[in-house]
Amino acid sequence: MDKSMSHDRIERTLRRRRVGKAAVYVFLSLWALIVLFPFYWMVLSSVKSYSAYNGEYIPSFFTLAPTLENYAEAFSAVPLMRYFTNTLIFTIATTAMMLAVTVLAAFAFSRLSFRGKNLAFTVFLSLMMIPNELVIITNFVTITDWQLRNSFLGLILPSVTSVFYIYLLKENFEQIPDELYKAAKVDGTSDFKYLVKVMIPICRPTIITITILKVIECWNSYVWPRLITDDEAYYLVSNGIQAIRESGFGRENIPAMMAAVVVISVPLIVLFLIFRKKIMDGVSRGGTKG
Amino acid sequence: MKQSNFKAWLYLLPAVLFLGVFMVYPLVEVVIYSFEEGYNSASQTVFGVGGYNYSYVLHDPYFLQAVRNTFIIVIITVPVSTGLALLISVGLSSVKPLRELYQTVYFLPYVTNTLAVGLVFMILFKKTAYTDGMVNLLINFFGGESVDFIEGPYWAKMFVMCFYTVWVVLPFKILVLTSALASVDRTYYNAARVDGTSKLRIFTRITLPMISPMIFYLIITGFIGAFKAYSDEVALFGVNLNAAGMNTIVGYVYDMLYGNGGGYPSFASAAALILFAIVLTITCINLLVSRKSAR
Repeated sequence: MDKSMSHDRIERTLRRRRVGKAAVYVFLSLWALIVLFPFYWMVLSSVKSYSAYNGEYIPSFFTLAPTLENYAEAFSAVPLMRYFTNTLIFTIATTAMMLAVTVLAAFAFSRLSFRGKNLAFTVFLSLMMIPNELVIITNFVTITDWQLRNSFLGLILPSVTSVFYIYLLKENFEQIPDELYKAAKVDGTSDFKYLVKVMIPICRPTIITITILKVIECWNSYVWPRLITDDEAYYLVSNGIQAIRESGFGRENIPAMMAAVVVISVPLIVLFLIFRKKIMDGVSRGGTKG
Repeated sequence: MKQSNFKAWLYLLPAVLFLGVFMVYPLVEVVIYSFEEGYNSASQTVFGVGGYNYSYVLHDPYFLQAVRNTFIIVIITVPVSTGLALLISVGLSSVKPLRELYQTVYFLPYVTNTLAVGLVFMILFKKTAYTDGMVNLLINFFGGESVDFIEGPYWAKMFVMCFYTVWVVLPFKILVLTSALASVDRTYYNAARVDGTSKLRIFTRITLPMISPMIFYLIITGFIGAFKAYSDEVALFGVNLNAAGMNTIVGYVYDMLYGNGGGYPSFASAAALILFAIVLTITCINLLVSRKSAR
């Protein structure tokens, strides 16, 4: 009697637990659906033909006649390839310069001792709190005065420095034991050689993280490029998309627009799927979006 | 020593140069701009110095509209996104199979171009001559009336706006909260379970207090981020946000600087400094509240 009651109770608890689990999965799947649906919709719309898309008053959830004509249209009707190359040049140049500046500064702060170090570092840290919106106005005037509007230099220069990455790398550099440095000094290794041959290889994970975060930031940057370029020859993908939206494809060819959107979104998604762990780890340490 | 001083500053030189020219100098200059009246960028001349720029901006109906929109976005999206992220993270940490897959999916919006996906959202919500759009179909299915979310009534537009903002900011919050939940010491849970504590009680008495620093961190950064809303609005409603009635403070700053109504760096500076003052005040209040409740 006693036994069967406890057995009943266990059964009931188990059932309740199973129902709870199922509810959790339903909830999680619902949000996953909301996240994925726009992606599905953009791919789907991009392979529907123009006439099929516009003929559907009630859009269908699949297509039986997928076509790639929209992709051809996207590359030929608007200078999508140009936007792409521009963004690539901008991203690579900005990231490379950022890395050089960041590594050198982080090295000075973590390894060298010099007068004014603490003060300089405090100033650096306080700069982290300055919002971009505040300095962008003067930068706009500066770059205009330097006649650098509609040029890669004008796009790149103000986007190079990130105080936060200097801070992140400095913390990482400081974890390298002093003994290594002293040993290298005894051997007569110069500071620069020590930095390149020892510190950078040891801290490669952090450097890769910083690089990826910067690449994402560059690929998605919109505000500064919009202010500083009005010549289509220097548009980045974000500005290109905006231009397509305002005037491209006669504003009505939505399948072609979606094809352009897919082409622009794919590189970062591929990068993310390859470096998933690194990116998520890096963002949770230093991401700021939102 | 002299020698090493010199060398160290040489390493710092690039960073100092970049930060000096593009961050410190602009910071000083923006304050000066904001007090220069009648600045003419062509002739580089100024009428005088005073607070006119501020009073102009504060009386500009477009600015007031932008402030209103920004505050609505902040008040709605920060609690909703933080709460939703908490729910999702707790759900995630309570299941084992498929967890990685869900995490990967949830993170996708972070690595996509806001402008590009915004265009997809616009198409999903937009009502055109050809079609009512995906979302309206859903509404019709549940017996509702079609609404034009992109060019229709104000609250419909605001709804899309907030929905898209939450969609965009959630990945970061979920990521931060799941790692916070994973780092809670398991022995607390085991001890509570031995004592027969109910699940709800475990959550409110153990989990929440343990991760509350991270929640406060998310709320503070969430406020700051939401006050700077701009690109998401452009993605949905186009460049001319004033015409759509959906401008934000940051959008107002950029419109003043450049674009149709542009060419007024003084007004832009004044508006940017007003925004900075608002954000600073709210952040200080947040910090005070979080410190008080931590005690």
